[in-house]
Amino acid sequence: MNILPAAHRTAVFLAICALSLPRLLAQEAPIAFTGARIETASGPAIADGVLVVQGGKIVAVGAAGSVAIPEGAEVRDVAGSTIMPGIVDTHSHLGGTVNERSGPAQADVRVLDSVDPRDDGFRRALAGGLTTVNIMPGSGNVIGGQTIYLKLRRSVDIADLFVRAADGRPTGGLKMANGTNPIGTAPYPTTRAKTAAIARAEFIKAREYADKIARAGDDASKLPPRDLALETLAEVLAGKRVVHHHTHRQDDILTVLRLKEEFGFKVVLQHVSEGWLVADEIARAGVPCSIINVDSPGGKLETSDLNWTIGAVLDKAGVLFAYHTDDAVIDSRFLIRSAALGIRAGLDRDAALRALTINAARMLDLGDRVGSLEPGKDADFVILNGDPFSVYTQVQETWVEGRRVFDLSNPDDRLYAYGGEGAGARGPVHLCCFGNHEGGVE
Amino acid sequence: MSRSIKSFSATLALLLSCAAHAGGLAVLGDVVHTQAGPPIENGIVLIEDGKITMVGSQATVTYPADWKTLHAKVVTPGLVDAHSTVGLAGVLNQPKGDKDELDKTEAIQPGLRALDAFNARDPLVAWVRGFGVTTVHVSPAPGSLVPGQTLVVKTAGRSADADALVPAAMIAVALGEGAIDTGAKGPTTRSKVAALLRAELIKAREYAEKRAKDDDKKPALNINHEVLAAALRGDMPLLVTADRHHDILTALRLREEFGFKLVLDSAAEAPAVIDEIKAAGVPVIVHPTMARAGGPRENLSMETASKLRAAGIPIALQTGYESYVPRTRVVLFEAAVAAVRGLGREAALDAVTIDSARLLGVADRVGSIEQGKDADLALYDGDPFEYITHCTNVVISGEVFPGEKRE
Repeated sequence: MNILPAAHRTAVFLAICALSLPRLLAQEAPIAFTGARIETASGPAIADGVLVVQGGKIVAVGAAGSVAIPEGAEVRDVAGSTIMPGIVDTHSHLGGTVNERSGPAQADVRVLDSVDPRDDGFRRALAGGLTTVNIMPGSGNVIGGQTIYLKLRRSVDIADLFVRAADGRPTGGLKMANGTNPIGTAPYPTTRAKTAAIARAEFIKAREYADKIARAGDDASKLPPRDLALETLAEVLAGKRVVHHHTHRQDDILTVLRLKEEFGFKVVLQHVSEGWLVADEIARAGVPCSIINVDSPGGKLETSDLNWTIGAVLDKAGVLFAYHTDDAVIDSRFLIRSAALGIRAGLDRDAALRALTINAARMLDLGDRVGSLEPGKDADFVILNGDPFSVYTQVQETWVEGRRVFDLSNPDDRLYAYGGEGAGARGPVHLCCFGNHEGGVE
Repeated sequence: MSRSIKSFSATLALLLSCAAHAGGLAVLGDVVHTQAGPPIENGIVLIEDGKITMVGSQATVTYPADWKTLHAKVVTPGLVDAHSTVGLAGVLNQPKGDKDELDKTEAIQPGLRALDAFNARDPLVAWVRGFGVTTVHVSPAPGSLVPGQTLVVKTAGRSADADALVPAAMIAVALGEGAIDTGAKGPTTRSKVAALLRAELIKAREYAEKRAKDDDKKPALNINHEVLAAALRGDMPLLVTADRHHDILTALRLREEFGFKLVLDSAAEAPAVIDEIKAAGVPVIVHPTMARAGGPRENLSMETASKLRAAGIPIALQTGYESYVPRTRVVLFEAAVAAVRGLGREAALDAVTIDSARLLGVADRVGSIEQGKDADLALYDGDPFEYITHCTNVVISGEVFPGEKRE
């Protein structure tokens, strides 16, 4: 029942429109960032740059004077800042991801069904400048399950974070592992030979499954019963899903290359701790590497020689490589620092920047959408108050698709950037005298 | 030894060495941070027989031409990590091999000594030394109520005995999650944790009283009670790892009851009970700045050190314990992040040098660049806190070690 006369209803409607207008305009009107040093990751840095974003996309980027600022654009003077592409993390366990322990081959398992988007780690990741992440199952299985590529839009429904393919399906890869982690007691392999045999057997089954489907053609009666694991592996064999393969030791790395050769799948080597011993073989195979820099070697047999020169070695060998967090091994707030440690051990600075952005995007087959600041790409970027690779620099703002998702000047965001009372999502302190923070995602 | 005698001895040693033999070491720094006064531009540190004999300006201090020299952009005192498990928690992390950070056969084992497990030649000892760390306070890992005694040791890589500064420094105690044993070999609640610790301290007090009497009822020597009795006498502090605010208050409550010296460790929620800590006059070895937020540390902050220091609470920085990858942190890096999260560069450097040395009771030997102290120095090719700076050399008691591995 309407309790207002029609004229009043119209007035109320218009008032609501007026209230909503600035918000709508903020999404649709262009925003131009001026005065910053812009690290595009697709070319040389621009000392005094202009970045224009609109409708979630980058509209223009270039040197001051060379880029027309559209009429009606909101202009933000960020002089003294550095703008770089949103960081892409090729290996993360944000949201509390774990290993399925019912057997060594779990291709049917989707990590998206276990990720908690309210996990406080997502807020910390934004504080670290991360905008796209590959969340993976653990490395306790030969085949750990399906990974999920997420955009760190602020949401509590994981479906809102998907990076969707043209057909609308969420994108992701397949987690696999060799070396010590998947080795255990039966039904888990107890040797490296068995680890490889389990992987080969699964892919051979998947090839037969795919062949049956191909042979069935339009005859539905000849189709095999749908198998969630085999259809996933068939996607891998068809080149539609990338294998993200946990591997550390030099011989385990070569085993992955051998499997790739046999089955022809696309693979990203993950961790690759001894990659410096087989860099030429990796380069010859044309396989990219997702690597990690931690503060010391050790903790497990395969990482006792881990060191920060790996980035420089792979770069010199011509291997496409990126740094990852393996969050919580590295806190997502310190991924930039990992690349800086690479520079410390001899890596070229521009290569380090690419290793946080465009290289990582390419490994996820998202290089045409994210990872660099170029017109037409998603407006995912980070504003920092100086050189990204200096300890004295802090991420000030993180933007995903033209929306600001982290702002250091906002106390609620700052809590996750630095930590403190209430930052722990699962066990906030509930005493009257300590304030009343609930923690977690708003 | 009084300052004047010390100074006289040092001068005498300098004169003798100049006259009699070469073998001295001169360390030149574009900037020398002594942590005993303002930084010295174009500074120089003279070293003989493992000790610092002179600190001053390159313009005025001379030394024999045949001395070995080192030059760096920045020279600091050797870093003192106020709490680590390096040398106990070995690089490979293999049970029976090098995983000696925690014995869980009993919940309360003050008789266990880090000294008896410290592997001076574990690669991680050399790893942290490569970044300028010359002294570590090595403790068993948290995971049982009283896991044993700590050790203050140099990172020279010889042996626990040869490198020890304080063979038995403190008694490690864990409260909260670190003491609660889900496998039920130990206490399963906070109440029981406190009750067990109180009962053990009471037993130790009675033991000490009986041992002091010279009669037939004198109990046999008990290595566990002996150690706790030393704590009750005030000879050995309890290093109590407590992160939750209420566990911190439990530590203060037990200190009040038994009168032991208390050093709070980790203390992630210390900012919530800062007035109580301040009133008790208790120092805090603050959790690693970059420690992961989770479990009892879910509310930790990179600003904890800054907040506590601003309140006038003595602090030092640490690397603590890592159970997996990485196997250890590096206190230089924890200090760097604390420096830019409110602590400031000078206070952060103090927190891993002189303040840490004072808190550990070894400031007469290490922690600053001063005449008469051990010649423990760290040399850097730039701002030590910058991510891309390198530690180029480390000096321990006059012995020169390489800096971090770079290729």
